[in-house]
Amino acid sequence: MTRPIFLTRALTKVYRTGAVEVQALRGVDFEAARGEFVVLLGPSGSGKSTFLNIIGGLDRATAGEVWFTDHPLADMSERELTLYRRDHVGFVFQFYNLVPSLTARENVQLVTEIARDPMRAEDALAVVGLADRLDHFPAQLSGGEQQRVAIARAIAKRPEVLLCDEPTGALDSQTGILVLEALVRVNAELGATTLVITHNVTIQEIAHRVVHFGDGRIVSANLITERKAPAEITW
Amino acid sequence: MSALHRKLLRDLVRLWPQALAIALVMAAGAATLILGVGTHASLRDTRTAYYERNRFADVFADLTRAPAVFADEIAHIPGVAAVEPRVSKLALLDLPGMVEPASAMMVSLPDWREQRLDLLHMVRGRKPTPGDDREVVVSEPFAKANRFEPGSTFSALINGRKRVLEIVGVALSPEFVYAMGPGDLMPDDRRFGIVWMSEKALAAAWDLTGAFSTVHIALMRDASEADVVQRLDGMLTRYGGLGAYGRKDQMSHAFLDAEMKQLEAMSRILPPIFLLVAAFLVNMTLTRLIALEREQIGLLKALGYSDLAVGAHYLEFVGAIAVIGSILGVGFGTWLGNGMARLYGDFYHFPFLVFRMEVSTWIIALAVTLTAAFGGAATAVAAVVKLPPAVAMQPPAPARYRHGLADRLYRLLAVRQTLVMVVRHIFHKPLRSLGSIFGIALSVSVLVGTLWVFGSTDLMIDVTFNRANRQDSSIGFARERSWSALSDVAALPGVLTVEPYRSIPVKIRNGTVERRVAISGKPRGGDLSRVLGRGFVPVTLPEEGIALSDMLARILRVEVGDLVEVELLERDRRRVEVPVTVIIEGYLGLDAYMDLAAANRMMREGALIDGVHVAYDEAKREAYFEKLKTTPVAGFVTLQRIALMKFRETLAENMYIMIAVYVSLGMIIAFGVVYNFARISLSEQGREMASLRVLGLSRGEVSGILLAELALLTLAAQPIGWLIGRGIAEAMVRAFESELYRVPIVVLPEVYAQASGVVILAALVSALVVRRRVDRLDLIEVLKTRE
Repeated sequence: MTRPIFLTRALTKVYRTGAVEVQALRGVDFEAARGEFVVLLGPSGSGKSTFLNIIGGLDRATAGEVWFTDHPLADMSERELTLYRRDHVGFVFQFYNLVPSLTARENVQLVTEIARDPMRAEDALAVVGLADRLDHFPAQLSGGEQQRVAIARAIAKRPEVLLCDEPTGALDSQTGILVLEALVRVNAELGATTLVITHNVTIQEIAHRVVHFGDGRIVSANLITERKAPAEITW
Repeated sequence: MSALHRKLLRDLVRLWPQALAIALVMAAGAATLILGVGTHASLRDTRTAYYERNRFADVFADLTRAPAVFADEIAHIPGVAAVEPRVSKLALLDLPGMVEPASAMMVSLPDWREQRLDLLHMVRGRKPTPGDDREVVVSEPFAKANRFEPGSTFSALINGRKRVLEIVGVALSPEFVYAMGPGDLMPDDRRFGIVWMSEKALAAAWDLTGAFSTVHIALMRDASEADVVQRLDGMLTRYGGLGAYGRKDQMSHAFLDAEMKQLEAMSRILPPIFLLVAAFLVNMTLTRLIALEREQIGLLKALGYSDLAVGAHYLEFVGAIAVIGSILGVGFGTWLGNGMARLYGDFYHFPFLVFRMEVSTWIIALAVTLTAAFGGAATAVAAVVKLPPAVAMQPPAPARYRHGLADRLYRLLAVRQTLVMVVRHIFHKPLRSLGSIFGIALSVSVLVGTLWVFGSTDLMIDVTFNRANRQDSSIGFARERSWSALSDVAALPGVLTVEPYRSIPVKIRNGTVERRVAISGKPRGGDLSRVLGRGFVPVTLPEEGIALSDMLARILRVEVGDLVEVELLERDRRRVEVPVTVIIEGYLGLDAYMDLAAANRMMREGALIDGVHVAYDEAKREAYFEKLKTTPVAGFVTLQRIALMKFRETLAENMYIMIAVYVSLGMIIAFGVVYNFARISLSEQGREMASLRVLGLSRGEVSGILLAELALLTLAAQPIGWLIGRGIAEAMVRAFESELYRVPIVVLPEVYAQASGVVILAALVSALVVRRRVDRLDLIEVLKTRE
């Protein structure tokens, strides 16, 4: 069997702010296969964002193991984590986090300029259906369009994994579906392992697998037997 | 304390580095203001008080000899309040332990009455016993420089006879605040002093018993100086009067005046620069603060605070910074001002100092600083007042960027997107970027505008000593002598070259404008003391006519070919019309030159000379000096080479203090501007930068964005700063210019380089301080929040 792209064992994270200790993760065991589309569900504070941040190389675990293929992230230096993010991970956030002074194309080029084997920025934007909005600044784009630019930016480096934290959280249903379509398409066409955090239970239906977080642990994990296309769901 | 005031305090604490950076710039403005105004006022009041207490005269005249009773006639001139006739003559001194000869102005003290004018301020000891021909009082600077105390003795060559004199007292006098030996270009307290002696003894030595050779006059309050001078000149003609003159032409007073004028000029130029920068910084910082607190502003208004109350809250924030800045500035300025006044006081040997660090000066400093602060805050606070609460509670519209002309260029040149970000961010708020560039440019200009002086002084020295007056020493005769005296001097030990000169006191006039000058007669082909034409090329004086320094030509409004009227102040006091044949360049004094033969012809006399310029063999200087001190050849001796060394020493001492002060001032501005700009830029782009870190850009790459922005602004500011600096230099030169000297504007390339180097260093330091914040950006926080 091929090695999972992500593997965590007894992953624990404790935040200390002053005298207060917050247990964000209490021993998470997780695996994701190459090309898998996983939806992470759970209430606020259940630890899913913390989990995503740690496997994305933005944060470090307090204890436990976390592997990206055969690389232990826990042992990486700050510099190695930066390179890990640069070369392997695509991020999509709730608030898009685009650079307002750069056009759609230029926002994508920010990444293609430093990536090892990027696609053309124009191609990445075409994948998310924005071939005709290349030279628009973020302020000239709708929320959904901005989020799709963010997805294009995330995939332009041909990442092995795509990590999305509430990618539709700030969007209405119709626009949200466009964004989800882009994610599904990227997952299918590029084979990037995709992890999507959401509050929105409906979205699980487009995934291969859904993982429920609760109180810092994985409460349940289910395979989706009848996967739907984003256009088929609504909320 | 109200909640809003508590918020104010916490904001100040939270934003302390930015607030402090602004406060420091304000402090520099307030300090330079207090320093300039305070020091100038202190010196001015000290001088006024000194002049009044010691009854400094208003009109002065030197003459050959007039009977003592004639003083009563002078007293009858309308407007004359008091007359002080006296004997004053130059003498060569032989000081114990000094190889080179010194000289002194010997001044008589009345024996049987009190001094009426220019009263001595006795520092130590007592006045000489009336009639005693051994006891003297010496000037304090001279005593200090030579470590003389009452009881010390030295010898003097008085009218050709060597005498041993004993110091019984040390004193100061308002007429010798700035005491410079004849032919000297700067005071040398070691080699020139004032020696007061009993009138009877001094008059006897110079065959002036029952007569006087100098008269000082005090005027009544409403008297016309010009009228008195005119009457006096008429009366003194038959006694060999050399022309009466007012305080304006009295050397000590004129130099003091020039110095105080400079001080005043500095206090006008520097403070506005700092206050302008401070106003800009306030504007930049407050605008950003208000943008960040938009929702809070909306909330406050929604809670029922009035528009004015919210506006006042931000004005108070700015006011607090201004008050801190003023307090720092007042403290520092007062401390520095007292130090400076003391320094000047010491330098000029005032008997006392009137400190004018008045509350009114402080209040002016505070008011000016507050004005600058509120001026800077005006637009930002107006925006707060106008902001409707409902709008304020919503997040601001996202920053709108537009396509610019350079967009194609970026693509064509394949410019990295991070650099595109930098350039677009700079152009996004063009006024703020321009303001920052201007601010940094001002810091460069403060340095250029002050550091140039040293190069310029070097040029003055070079021109004056190396190109024009190349003699090592000049010997002045007590009265003019025939050419045979030249061979006497040439025969002195160690003398290599001699060159005679004539010095004729005249009034030179064109229409109603006139000046008292001495025409220097120079021999044809002289190679020691040369006259320099345009471009500092030595010129040969034509056989006829007069050469004028460009300053004198300008004052008289004459050009080459014009006629000037020369009124001889010696002999028959004829008036002669002389054509101006050459205009020459020079920095010191009002100079007029004639060919020596032509000068003699004008005087209708044979070949007479007043002195000799000498180049001596350095190895034999001791023998040369020794001979000078003992033979009655010289009335006075000027030692240019030694004076130059001494001048360089003084200059170096002052230079380091000045450089330290200006470099710190320049750095304060540079640091204040760059730091605040960087903090604001980081505050605006921190979110983007954190996002870029998440996307995989390294710390170096991300902080590079901020550093590149600062670098672009800083570099763009340099040439502007150079230009403004040069403008400051020109303004200073105009303010400094006096008839005593003119400062050439020479801004050497290294001045620009030094100024830029200092400012770039300050910018780098502040950028690196901010860079640490970029390194510590919270990557996770930024993803969770909307701006």
